[in-house]
Parts: sequence; C-alpha cells; structure tokens
Amino acid sequence: MDVYNPPMIAFEAIHKHYRVGAAEVRALQPLDLRIGRGEVFGVIGHSGAGKSTLLRMINLLERPSGGRLLIDGVDVTRLDGDALRALRRRIGMIFQHFNLLAAKTVAQNVAFPLRLAGRTRAEIARRVDELLERVGLAAHAAKYPAQLSGGQKQRVGIARALACGPDILLCDEATSALDPETTASVLQLLAELNRELGLTIVLITHEMDVVRRVCDRVAVLDAGQLVESGTVADVFLHPRHPTTRRFVLEAEHVDEREQRADRAQVSGRVVRLTFRGQATYAPLLGRVARASGVDYSILGGRIDRIKDTPYGQLTLALVGGDIESALHAFAAADVHVEELG
Amino acid sequence: MDEMFANIDWAEIGQASLDTLLMLGGSLAASIALGLPLGVLLFLTGKRQLLEQPAVYATLSFVVNVLRSVPFIILLIVMIPFTVLLVGTSLGVAGAIPPLVVGTAPFFARLVETALREVDRGIIEASQAMGASTRQIVFGALLPEALPGILAGATVTAIALVSYTAMAGVIGAGGLGDLAVRFGYQRFQTDVMVVTVVLLLVLVQVLQMLGDRLVAHFSRR
Repeated sequence: MDVYNPPMIAFEAIHKHYRVGAAEVRALQPLDLRIGRGEVFGVIGHSGAGKSTLLRMINLLERPSGGRLLIDGVDVTRLDGDALRALRRRIGMIFQHFNLLAAKTVAQNVAFPLRLAGRTRAEIARRVDELLERVGLAAHAAKYPAQLSGGQKQRVGIARALACGPDILLCDEATSALDPETTASVLQLLAELNRELGLTIVLITHEMDVVRRVCDRVAVLDAGQLVESGTVADVFLHPRHPTTRRFVLEAEHVDEREQRADRAQVSGRVVRLTFRGQATYAPLLGRVARASGVDYSILGGRIDRIKDTPYGQLTLALVGGDIESALHAFAAADVHVEELG
Repeated sequence: MDEMFANIDWAEIGQASLDTLLMLGGSLAASIALGLPLGVLLFLTGKRQLLEQPAVYATLSFVVNVLRSVPFIILLIVMIPFTVLLVGTSLGVAGAIPPLVVGTAPFFARLVETALREVDRGIIEASQAMGASTRQIVFGALLPEALPGILAGATVTAIALVSYTAMAGVIGAGGLGDLAVRFGYQRFQTDVMVVTVVLLLVLVQVLQMLGDRLVAHFSRR
C-alpha cells in the first residue's frame, strides 16, 4: 500500500502571514509537504521558526493565509462549524504544558472529548478504562492532575488525545517540559502507539534527539522556511543546510571549532565514514587497513541508532599506503565516504 | 446586664437580622444570576477571545463602569421609580433588592471576567483541538476551571452587599444597618449601635469563612 496515495496530510503552497501594525510578518513561507499514512513525521526548528504555526494548521487552530491543506485527500482549508469539529475529533493533540483540566480527575479528563462527542455513559466508562490501562495509569483514575508527575500528566494527555480514536496525533513540543528519562518513556509510548494503531504522528520539537529516536522523516524549518526534509537517516547523517548541521552537532554534543582544531593537529587525509544498518557491525576497518597498507588514527566517532536502524560515524586521519584503494574498499562495502580535507 | 442593654428590643433586633439576611440572600442570588452571564459575555467578547466583538465589549464594559461608578447612596434614590415599577414598592426588603442587584451585579460580572481570564489559554486551545463548540468550552471547561475564582468573587460580592444593605436603610429598607442609624445614631442608643455592629461583623466573618471553605473545596491545584 502506498502511504502517500493519498497522503494522510498534504500541504500545497500553504503559507501564513499576518499584520502587526503596518508591518507584515511572514510566519510561514509557501511550502509543500506530504506526510504519509502511519508515518512519524518530525518538524524541527528553533523557537519562532514557524513550526508551531505549521502544526496548528493541521487541525486549523491556525488558518492558512493561502494554499490548500488536504487531510486524507480532502481539502479542509475552508471547513467551518460542525464539519470542522468533526475533523478535529479525527486529530488528537498533546501539548508541552499538557493543558489538562485541573478541576477534573484523570478519568474525567480522558472522558472529556468523549462527552463532547456525545457518547453514552457506558461507552465512555469502558473507553476511559481501556485508555488508562493502555497508558499505564489505571491506578490513578481518581486523582487530579496536580497530584501527578510531568510524565504521568503527559500520559493523561495522550490518553485524552486518543479517546475518539483519531487517525492523526499532533505533538506540540510534547517532551520539552520533561526530564530525559521521562522523555524516553513518553517517546517509546508514542512509537508503540504508532505501530499498534497505525497512527500518523506529527511532532514538533527543537531537539534533534527526539527526532532521531522516533521519527521516520523530518522537515527542518528556519525563519518560516522549509530548508531541508527527508528520511531522518539522510538528514541526520548528511545534513546539507547550516541550520540542520547545527541541530545535528547539538545532538551529538560536538563543538565544531574544537573539532577543526583537533584536525589541525594531525597529518594525512581526514575522512568521515558513515555506516548504516548491518555495515555498522562489520569488522571492516582492520580488513581495509591491512589490504591497502593504510594507517589510520581515529579523531572522533559514535555508534548509535536512528529509530530502529543502527549507524556508526567515524572521523579518521589516513596516512601512508594506497589511500585511494582504501576509499574504494569502503565505498564497495556500502560505507558512505566524505572527505573533510 | 439589663442596664447595659436597656434600649434593646430583642424582637426588633431579630426582625432586623432576618431582613438583612433576606436582602442579602435575595440580592446575592439575583446578582449572581445576572452577573455570571454578563461576566462570561464580557470575557468571550474581549480581545483575542473566542467571540471577539470589540463593539459589544466596549458597550458592555461602559455600562458596567457607569453602574460601578455611581455612589450606591445615589443609586438607591435614582432607582426608586424603576423599583416601584418592578416590584410594586420601594420600601422594605422587596424594595431594597433591585438597587442592591443593580449595584453589585456589574461588580460581580467584572470579578467573573477576571476569574475566567486566569484560566490557562492552553485549556481553551486543547478544548478547541478536541472539537468542542464555544458553548461546550464555556460550560465544560472554562466555568469549572474558574469555579474557585468565581466563588471567591461571590464571597467578596456578598460582603460588599452586607454594607450596601446597611445603606439601604436610607430608603426604608429595614435591616440591621437601618436599626443602627435610627436608634444607635439618631437616638444616641449606643447599646443598639454596639449590638447591630457586632451582628454585622459576625455575619461578615461567617460569609468569609464559608467562602474560603468553598474555594478550598473546589481548588485542585
């Protein structure tokens, strides 16, 4: 099945601008974007880059100034009244600050969207139990949000967002207010829900690490402009735009200036090797070194995962022997070679 | 003991207390009934709110400000013809309630508006994202979330009403305040003054305590 035919969400020349006094602020330049069915799609950008505007257009909390927005092949740009509310019930949303109703218990919070949709009492009770069970909060049903930890509050938010059985889940910086451990568990829950329910997830974040852990594809926004998009592995391992590069370096805790200073200390040709998938675990380096007589020193590197795919990235200085044949041998083993000079 | 309270007619004190409580109860109920919708409307039509209507907001806001800026003693007198039209008399408990309501409903409406503004905007956004209509947002989310603030506002309003009921004696409303003025002040019966003031003080204390309890009961933060 082609998940892009029709895509779950399609932006066609969508843009947003508004007036502040005499000045026109361009929040979002015209952009095209297709998000596939069942995909986890990340939008990364600094604050003010327009990612929040982009996300809120999907459920029309923000109206585009022009262009078309298609949900499941249907133009929804001009929906209003009941039709708009019906659309919104198909799209769940979770928030950085959870936005739970403080005066309602956990169970009542989860029941709220079901009540809005006019479900029967029995139906609501059953569904709430089911959802709280799924997010691991069955024991906390009668508590109020103020009695929960941040991670638990976000789980209530997720249960509430899923109540009406949506096709799409929008995540507005959903883990930005959480500590790293809680972030990991919430991301894992999102990944599970994506797999179990075939849920299409769109998340916005300013942390590349969030994108790396759960997303299939990513778009990079900078000052209202879409500067780069593609599979997370492509964007993460071979960033082209300076903004993207900064996000990647941030995620790897690498300081670009230090790295350049380190390289100045060594002689030889400096290359970066990128291994993906099974190549990551192959004993390639020693074999190539022996065959080509090239010596190497390791300047930097990391081995990690992008979603479920392992990858490795090594920066080497190569000296002596037949460097060209060594580079060929790497390329032949499906290793991406980049000369850093 | 008897000498100390020589001028006190306890039956009269009892009747006056009852009148004060009736005026307070009646006008508080009516002020809430009128002020709550007015406050919600002020909030909704305000800037960047769900039903933003600058003209409606400006008009409502102006009327509320005018009513709040008229000194209550003047309002009592100005209202007399209207009161007669409305309840048939300008005297007694019934005659006091219309001016009391007109004096406090706009005040309570402002307090409701403020309480609603204190609700996190994120809650409105989340409700909209769930497909809630404006009506559902108001009754399902906004009012329950603002309930502690609204109850605190009702308490302040009730206490303001106690002092207004005392003033209403001027137009022949009866009640404890009236007793204090007619006997305690005009006839120099200090003992009547002391007893009525103590009773009013107790009433205010009880109202504040009740209000605080209700607010605490509905606060989940």
